[in-house]
Amino acid sequence: MSISKIYLSDIRVRAERVKDKKAAIGPDIDLSRYSEHIERGRIENLEGLSRQAKEAAVMAGIDVKEEVRSGSYIQVDHSVVYERINKAYEGKLEIMSTTEALSKYDWLEEYYWRVIPVDQDKYTAQAELNMTHGYFIRVFPHQKPEYPVQACLLVAGNYISQNVHNIIIVEEGAELQVITGCTLAKRDAEGVHIGISEFFVKKGGKLFFTMIHSWADNFHVRPRTGAIVEEDGAFFSNYVLLKPVKSLQMFPAAYLKGDRSSAKFNTILYGLKDSYIDVGSRIVLEGEDTRGESTARAIAADESVIYSRGDLIAKTRGYCLAHLDCRGILFSNKAKIYAIPQLVSDGAIKAELSHEASIGPIAEEQVEYLMSRGISREDAVSVITSGFLNLDIPFIPEFLDRNIKEVIKATAKEAL
Amino acid sequence: MQEMLRVEDLWVSVDERQILKGVNLSINYGEVLVLFGPNGAGKTSFIMTLMGFPKYVVEQGRIYFKGEDITNKDVYERAQLGMGVSFQRPPTVRGVTLRKIIEIISDGRINKEGFVEYAERLNLSGHLDRGLNDGFSGGEIKRSELLQLMVQRPDMVLIDEPESGVDLENITLVGEAINMLLGKDKVKDPKRSAIIITHTGYILDYVNADKGYIIFEGKLICGGDPRDILSEIKRHGYRGCAECR
Repeated sequence: MSISKIYLSDIRVRAERVKDKKAAIGPDIDLSRYSEHIERGRIENLEGLSRQAKEAAVMAGIDVKEEVRSGSYIQVDHSVVYERINKAYEGKLEIMSTTEALSKYDWLEEYYWRVIPVDQDKYTAQAELNMTHGYFIRVFPHQKPEYPVQACLLVAGNYISQNVHNIIIVEEGAELQVITGCTLAKRDAEGVHIGISEFFVKKGGKLFFTMIHSWADNFHVRPRTGAIVEEDGAFFSNYVLLKPVKSLQMFPAAYLKGDRSSAKFNTILYGLKDSYIDVGSRIVLEGEDTRGESTARAIAADESVIYSRGDLIAKTRGYCLAHLDCRGILFSNKAKIYAIPQLVSDGAIKAELSHEASIGPIAEEQVEYLMSRGISREDAVSVITSGFLNLDIPFIPEFLDRNIKEVIKATAKEAL
Repeated sequence: MQEMLRVEDLWVSVDERQILKGVNLSINYGEVLVLFGPNGAGKTSFIMTLMGFPKYVVEQGRIYFKGEDITNKDVYERAQLGMGVSFQRPPTVRGVTLRKIIEIISDGRINKEGFVEYAERLNLSGHLDRGLNDGFSGGEIKRSELLQLMVQRPDMVLIDEPESGVDLENITLVGEAINMLLGKDKVKDPKRSAIIITHTGYILDYVNADKGYIIFEGKLICGGDPRDILSEIKRHGYRGCAECR
């Protein structure tokens, strides 16, 4: 049974009201430029993707062979082309498009647009008024699939607005890893990707969420992400951007509602060409004994601009502890980094919030130290940069890992 | 014996300050030299200059290594030619593990089991996955430096104050590691040479050195048997040694 028409009608009205409302931060996008609608046919397996699409998917962390994945969800432009759960995990989790889930489960009303307000800005409105699927992943209570679920949101066409709404539910005592790769099949594509992601981590559950973005010079991106974490639950988020983007603005938030819940954000931003990147993370500590940690590493090369934001907001009357660590390196004298940490204690008299923020070059002393070990200057800078970016992310295919290091090596060389 | 390193009339400044004032020195293949000297005499500056760190500006003189003039070569080139240094206070490189650096340095020459065994011998296996020098104690730093050099396998090893900051228990371990590094634990002479800086001379209890020198106010004074030199220093102090030369 689908969710109620009254609820849907209400959110549509709210969306209609803000369809021209600019976002609070980030450059405004004229969404009317991106009105093409492109449907794609289904594929039997991931080898069925076009060569370009397959390469792009791999670069965004997708394992085409699906060997070390518990399930896959692939969307190309405005169509869901593939969804599958590996046999070993059937009955432990479910994967489908959010559109299908909304028509199947009336209880989804308690989740759909419950973390992100539909009337936040024109991008949330667009996602509701012109929704083009997105994934729904639910892991059943106390199930802990060994391998991650992978989701790929691929744009292959031009002048489209891909408006996805993703929902992940980690039921009580369950654990789930999800790798999402959002990418383009054509490097010269123009368009916009709007991704609403609402995550729910139930009592004692754990969600390890990794998002790899691989965009291009003429592409705009506006994700809107929020997670609600119940008592003893934990939410881990890795975000990686290593390719140019026209503009990207997002400020994902974790709401630690349950006592003893925790959240950890790890953000890696590599600004290339004239990318405009405005990425933050927000942890709202509402339950007692909650913990938050946010780490951001930003490298700005070429003429890129990076805003690296972080908010820690304590609202509990009990104890809570959170730390924000935000560092940046500039590789070019035409690049810019803004590090903007913010700590807010809202009546939280026992809260311990702290931050450290820094922007500085790679220490020459470190480079020379490694050179004295017989490592070339170029390799030394690359190794130090990789270490700075803290790229130790589980389940990233080796090929992607190698490619990331090649990108670093190429741009680090320019910075020398 | 064939000469490995020759230093001719070396004058070095750091930040416009004259540190070395006409140092001459020669070391043969397989020879281990100990350099004594008070704080600020120029000991560290000397080996950092030999290694080619740009902060140490050679104003006059030449450095020859294995017959090649290396005076204008950079740190990397000198390391490639076979020089290596153990720092007294190396920088911390966060995010880059000791294991990662060892893998890069070894460049396939030593397999994983090989360097894990070295690490175990140096009581450092628990440190392989930690950031390089990140939170390492004085003794751990020395052992980590020596571990890296054991993998790097330089022909000329420059060791800056191996005993400083190391407790008595660990000095034996450091001494053994230096002997291992120099191949002194093997019967066959590997022809590795070394300059070891010492402030206290404790390291002589563990490492068999061939020659000793005192560096004082930027000049090499007194050369000879390292134990004799150490006892002279103990008797007369560095200044006394400088005055009697």
